Amino acid sequence: MNRRNDIVLTINGREHAIQVEPRRTLVDAIREDCGQTGTHIGCEHGVCGACTVLVEGQPVRSCLMFAVQAHGKKIRTVEGLAEDGELNTLQRAFMEHHGLQCGFCTPGFLMLITGVLERDPDVSDEELVDVISSNLCRCTGYQNIIKAVRAAAAELRQR
Amino acid sequence: MPAPTRKPGTKFVGRSVPRLEDRPLLTGRGLFAADVSFPQQLHMRVVRSNFAHGRLRSIDASAALAKPGVHAVWTAADVADIPPIDFRLTRIAGLEPYRQRLFATGRVRYVGEPVAAVFADDPYLAEDAAELVALDVEELPAILHAADEPAEFEPGLPTEPAVVRKGYGDVDAAFAGAHAIVAATLAIGRHSGVPLETRGAIARYDAARDVLELHGAAKVPHWNRDQIARMLGRAPASVQLYEGHVGGGFGIRGELYPEDVLVCAAALRLRRPVKWIEDRREHLIAANHSREQQHRVRAAVDRDGRILAIDDEIFHDQGAYMRTHAATVPDLAAAMLPGPYRVPAYRASARIRLTNKTPCGTYRAPGRFESTFVRERLLDAIAAHLGLDRVEVRRRNLITRDEMPYARPLDTLGTDIVLDSGDYAGLLDKALAAVDWPLLQDKLAARRAAGELVGAGIALFVEKSGLGPFDQVKIGVDGNGMVEVVSGSASVGQGMETAIAQICADALGVDYRNIRVVHGRTDRIERGMGAFASRVTVMTGEAARVAASALKAKAIDKAAELLQAPAGVLDLVDGEVVRIDAASGPSIGLGAIARAFGGEPGLAAEGWFRTNHMNYPYGVHIAVTRVDRQTGAVVIERYLVAYDVGTAVNPMLIEGQIAGGCAQGIGGALLEEFLYDDRGEPLSVTLADYLMPTAREIPPIEVLICQDAPSPLNPLGLKGAGEGGANAVGAAIAAALDDALAAPNAVTALPITPQKLRRLIRRADQGEVRAAPRQSLDRSGAAR
Repeated sequence: MNRRNDIVLTINGREHAIQVEPRRTLVDAIREDCGQTGTHIGCEHGVCGACTVLVEGQPVRSCLMFAVQAHGKKIRTVEGLAEDGELNTLQRAFMEHHGLQCGFCTPGFLMLITGVLERDPDVSDEELVDVISSNLCRCTGYQNIIKAVRAAAAELRQR
Repeated sequence: MPAPTRKPGTKFVGRSVPRLEDRPLLTGRGLFAADVSFPQQLHMRVVRSNFAHGRLRSIDASAALAKPGVHAVWTAADVADIPPIDFRLTRIAGLEPYRQRLFATGRVRYVGEPVAAVFADDPYLAEDAAELVALDVEELPAILHAADEPAEFEPGLPTEPAVVRKGYGDVDAAFAGAHAIVAATLAIGRHSGVPLETRGAIARYDAARDVLELHGAAKVPHWNRDQIARMLGRAPASVQLYEGHVGGGFGIRGELYPEDVLVCAAALRLRRPVKWIEDRREHLIAANHSREQQHRVRAAVDRDGRILAIDDEIFHDQGAYMRTHAATVPDLAAAMLPGPYRVPAYRASARIRLTNKTPCGTYRAPGRFESTFVRERLLDAIAAHLGLDRVEVRRRNLITRDEMPYARPLDTLGTDIVLDSGDYAGLLDKALAAVDWPLLQDKLAARRAAGELVGAGIALFVEKSGLGPFDQVKIGVDGNGMVEVVSGSASVGQGMETAIAQICADALGVDYRNIRVVHGRTDRIERGMGAFASRVTVMTGEAARVAASALKAKAIDKAAELLQAPAGVLDLVDGEVVRIDAASGPSIGLGAIARAFGGEPGLAAEGWFRTNHMNYPYGVHIAVTRVDRQTGAVVIERYLVAYDVGTAVNPMLIEGQIAGGCAQGIGGALLEEFLYDDRGEPLSVTLADYLMPTAREIPPIEVLICQDAPSPLNPLGLKGAGEGGANAVGAAIAAALDDALAAPNAVTALPITPQKLRRLIRRADQGEVRAAPRQSLDRSGAAR
């Protein structure tokens, strides 16, 4: 169990050369070995989605993936969203529509939505609710998240 | 008086300004408990009981201790000198022997009870080692139902430690003379707050300063500091708690639990920082549960449906131990049950019963989610029994605006219940108008006639907020003009920094973004009450207003000296002291004024707010639900919450609180429940078993915020907004489902899962449910 593998995680464009046990989860590696604590752990069984990151552009529950499986892959986390220190369109929409309260689930929602909007900028409002329903939030009652996401999607389509 | 020649400064109270809290949370720069780490830290893993009830014969930790990297394994013997965790609220006689110790001692009493703890270099290693700790437990029969006859907790100690009794008036006479008696047996399931962030605690002993630090604090840092100091035999000033970001509170998080004290004791004794982060399974079996109660309630009414008396017997399932809340939840349930109605005679006895399940505490709207469900079901039953309209029955019983303040001869949380202000009928009218209730009834009736199972429910409630006895706020300005507000209150993610900054901004005359609000830090302020009972905006808000007003007076006095102008012609506007008797002229910024204090005590002030009474916001919930006849699935077509908050500091945040609370209430009404098998094995141990609502289940919540009844108990008229969204959801949805099934009194227990609803649909189709109200006509008063 103590055998360690040398792997490289590329997080937000920066390479992290780390040594991990085969059983180490991707989220633990991102947080503890690479110091990127913006990605949160809510359940460790793939239900809540707080740990969602993008791996090669796809939203992934990083608690359900081993770090070794992400070796050499491009990973994006919440720390990579802001552009030149300014909140991006989606982050700003969350602020303007009060789409967060305690903020613990927020990074997971931001990455989930980022992945979906990049893949399909014309995703319908109805499909967006389906996407949003894959993560859990315990504070907001979701409506403000839905409003924020719809507003951001509309703004991004305008560009 | 001459008209002011300057335009007034910017005001912030009453505006939906963006939150100060958001930026770090949106960029991944927050500091939640798991984000706190110290060099050389050890990781604690708790070994928990796998038996609901049993004699703990022995613990063998040798295999765990033999693993490299494991530094210690502790059991009850190692912490025998540390007393049990004491009560924070609602301490009543007889409860002490039922308090929880850090580890199970002699017996295990619920699955999840801490039995031992492993301390290791790495969390994976600690978890491996914990699996090697062997427990020898002789299983005993588990007590799982609070309404069963009490059993024995220990020899000589029954599993009913106390009965909370409240009441007034001649209840028996009222029942004897009643036109009708309506009775029901109603139950609320076991739910909890289940914040998205699990619990966490990181302790560090700094030998250089002889200070024990606990990071990951929440809700009540000062009380927890004092308790940890007492339990570990240290001076309170040598223990400091630090609150970072908190991933949801809801009543459950931040109470003092065994794990918090364990990491502190370990940091002191092992001389290394100790970190504990709970996993989700642990959270669902070890952190406080709440809500589970059975009520056997009766109402005596006259022929017009006016309530003459209510008599309620409550069986409160407390789980295995009495935790920090002691009798709080049953006390609140009994005290708040009468709600917005005139109840001439009242009697409630809440039987606190221990079972072999996870111990209980509070969860958002504690005691009120439960008693509102019971009271509003009772009102619906009265209407059905007498053939009256359910809105009309409520209207006839409402306390009127003219009767305010209304002293109800009951007490709770150490305060007498005096309903401070309210226009209940006025809010009811607004809520009914908002949904066009008569038209809605017609439409729903037409749809039911066409075969749909669709209906509406309404529920009224009174909340409570602003629990005293005090709050203290310190305020100061630095040489850059930045205002710092230090409060002994806490943030649980509700946006308190923004709300407090808005209040201070107006009292002082600065932009709210120029105010830093510090909270949850025992090293910055000597005392604090924390964040619970919807108290922060009221108590901290008013203390902050007082502090800011005092600071403003100081700033103006100093500016008068500096500008050589009489203080009477100066005001602080948008961060600068200016002359108000001229359109232009000399001015001076707050930073410059602070610098001018030089070596003297700086530009700083303190504010206090004390109160012996809570205040009482109130609301109306209206739900429209549709049921799928085949699957029993419920769709909430519409949900309205009308809520009078006294004065709205930030409507956006209030709407957020109400919508979020409502979503949790919907979970408790339809989905969420901690279930156990007949040996007391918990069945709801993942988020795939304990079903919290997703975006698919929660409709847009329509929120109608009213400010018709400001509280007379504080100058701004503030009331709290944290719990009104959750309070009446169970009641309103139950009523809507009754209506959908055209089966009065059908729903008697929460949550109403699809399986239960399918049974009710079958019964309704056979006409059984409709007969229920007649059964309840029982002059002897026995609940059937």
